[in-house]
This record gives sequence, structure tokens and C-alpha cells, in this order.
Amino acid sequence: MRERTEKCVVTFRTTAGAMAMEAACKGSGLPGRLIPVPRSVTAGCGLCWAAPPDSREALEELVMKKHLDVDGIYAIIL
Amino acid sequence: MIYLDNAATTRTKPPAVARAVLEALSSYGNCGRGGHEGALSAARTIYETREKLAALLGCPRADHVCFTQNSTQALNIAISGLLGPGDHIISTDLEHNSVLRPLYRLRDAGAAVDFVPADRRGRLDYGGFERLLRPETKAVVCTHASNLTGDAVDIQRVGNFAGEHGLLFILDASQTAGVLPINMGAMGVSALCFTGHKSLLGPQGTGGLCLREGLEVRPFAVGGTGVQSYSETQPAEYPTRLEAGTLNGHGLAGLNAALDFLNETGVEAVHAREDALARRFYEAIRDLPGVTVYGDFDAPVRAPIVTLNIGTLDSAQVSDELAERFGIATRPGAHCAPRLHRALGTEDQGAVRFSWSYFNTEEETDQAAEAVRVLAQEAAEA
Repeated sequence: MRERTEKCVVTFRTTAGAMAMEAACKGSGLPGRLIPVPRSVTAGCGLCWAAPPDSREALEELVMKKHLDVDGIYAIIL
Repeated sequence: MIYLDNAATTRTKPPAVARAVLEALSSYGNCGRGGHEGALSAARTIYETREKLAALLGCPRADHVCFTQNSTQALNIAISGLLGPGDHIISTDLEHNSVLRPLYRLRDAGAAVDFVPADRRGRLDYGGFERLLRPETKAVVCTHASNLTGDAVDIQRVGNFAGEHGLLFILDASQTAGVLPINMGAMGVSALCFTGHKSLLGPQGTGGLCLREGLEVRPFAVGGTGVQSYSETQPAEYPTRLEAGTLNGHGLAGLNAALDFLNETGVEAVHAREDALARRFYEAIRDLPGVTVYGDFDAPVRAPIVTLNIGTLDSAQVSDELAERFGIATRPGAHCAPRLHRALGTEDQGAVRFSWSYFNTEEETDQAAEAVRVLAQEAAEA
């Protein structure tokens, strides 16, 4: 299996929310990618944005600026 | 074939539409189901399509563009999801059955519905909106343009009326999205219902509703969404709230490509061309003996439709002769618009509808006019 490292994970209530996040991060040059939501975050399935651990502040700023519809932001080992 | 039945569906699509559908068919997974490239490709395209539609139609948020199979489904969702027993609704004689039947069903369940009348020329009596207003009036549901005559409704005026009285405004943009400019925010539209396969030039099986913020629409269908799986109820957030089950990702890829074409060409340019073709036909046939044309051609803005009858001939016969002898595709009969046919006095005869798209030509238009001239002359000599 892959080596597990800390990630900053953003979850959403809809797939459209996840796609908006991906588009906004690409537009702003923020690293990360969409992955299936880990069960340690929520058992509800769906997609989340997984980014480097030090990107939380930039992501929160982006969420505010673009009015992105996020459910939560977590620091977890993936 | 000279295809002049574009108000039913546009037959000629921009070539990129078929290419996009084919590409999607051979590469897409299911939007929102999994994080692999196939699922993400579908999800990206679908989200992009929401963004383009929101920009085109003045919807405040891309995630408030909710997809359905067609306009009828969107109208059913909007009408049944926003209105209920005890409500009073104002609609018009111009409506298609996709509006009328959901309203009649609602009336049977205990709502009250009144219709702003159209006169013998199909013109709407705008004073009717004020006259029909009641304390319990909750919404106006109306079309942007008649699918029978092409006459456009002044939706800014209707939107202002709805806004002044705190009413919801549900707009049927089936005949106008993609050909007439629409800004649902500026026009006071609460819910705009559209279909993808007419003037938006996309595939059949695509459509949807655009919602202003703050609307609580009860879902028509509930089920799988790819998110919040352990919740016993449908997610409350749009667009998922109204999108149970797998979306038509393949079709929406085609609609996405069609929107690129419309954006590159410009809705104003599309309308100018279609309007010029329809008016060219109208001018050629309007004074032919025995030909009756319906609708208001003095109006500056209308959908590219010309509807007529020849003498007392059955419209089905005329349409069939146009197809069989001249290779011209039109639509006869009632066009799912029973109230307007009654207003026009064409309930028994029906009418023959010619409708244009951006891809029709002057030559096709002139051939259609010549065919009408021949049939009118034959009818007069019979």
C-alpha cells in the first residue's frame, strides 16, 4: 500500500460542490486532487479535495472568496 | 428534406455535439460515483455545462442549475415542488400541455388556477394578470414564447408584476433558451425551465431548471445521489436535491459542446438569422389568397415560428402534402397547446407550423413559401 501521510481534506455536500472546488483550485494554482471520501471523515461516500497539509489557510481563503459550498475541512492521515 | 420543425426539436446540430457525445460514450464513468478518471471526466463536463447555462440564462449559481430529461420534467418539478393545495396560480392561454397538465393536476388536488386570456390573434391581455390577482395567489407560471404562434411574452413585465406582489415566477423557456436573451435575475424569474434539444442545439434527453437562491423546491424523485448515502432523505442541497439517479452525462456532454457553439456565435446572431428567415417566409405567404397566418408579426421580438392554415383544409393534410410532394417537414395538429387553439378558433382544423433554426437557409425558406403558394392555389381551384 502507499505510504500514509497527513493531508488537508475538504468535504462537500454535493458532487457539484466538489467540481466547483476543483475548478477553483486549478484556477488559483492550488495543489490537490479529488478522491473518494475516506470513511474516517464520513461514511456517506462522495468526493473530497485532498491537498498538502500546509494548504489549509489558502483553501479556507479560497472557499470564502469563491463562496464554495463545503461541508468541512479536516487534517487526516491518508 | 427541408426541415422546418425546429420548434419540436432542432435536427441539425453543430458537428461538435455529436463528436462530444461519441467521446463521452466511449470514455465517461458515472458522475459522482467514484473518484477515478472516468467518473471525474463526466462530473467535470456536467459541472462545466451548469456553469455555461448559468452564464447564458442569468442563473445566480452554477449549482442551482439542476438537470432533468426535458422541459416537461423540469416544469413538473417546479410546479409540484413549489405549489400545492390552497394556492392560487395565474397562467396564460399560451401554455403548452407541459405547463397545463401539471397545473390541472394541481387544481384537482385543491389549488386554484386562472388563465390570462389570449384574443383571436393570439395576443395576450396583460391586464389579465392584475385582474386575476387574489390574496392567495402564490405564483405566475408562463411561457416565454408560444410554441404555436411564436409570439413572445414580455417576461420583464410579468417578472415585475410577480415581484411587486411577492409571487413566484416559473418560466417555461422551452422555445426561447438559446435564441432569445434571458437574464432570470434581472427579469425576476424564480425558476426557469429549459430543454436542451431545441434552440440550445443539444441532444434529446437533456433539460433542466435554473433556480434563484433561497427557493425550497420539494424533490419530485428521491434516490441515489452518490453523496450522503446513510441519510434517509434526499440531500437538501442543490443540484443534488433535484437530481436522484444517474444523470445523462453523455447527452450533457453534447449540450456542453452546443453551448460552446452558441457562445461563439452569440444568441443575438442566432436570433437575428432565425428571425430573418421566419419573417422572409411570412412576407412571402402572408397575402396569398386563402392563407391565414396566426400570431403577432408586428411584435419586435418573437420566436422563429410561422403558423398558418390554407382555406379550411385539414392541417394534417397540408403538412402531409408538404412532406410527401415537396420534402418539407412541418408540424400540423394541436401542438399540445389546446387553450391557444381554442382562442384562435383552430380547435378543429389545427394549424401547420413552420419553425426555423440557425442552420436553415434562404433557399429552403423560399422553397417552403413556394410550396405553400402551390397548395393555396390548388385549394382555391378545387
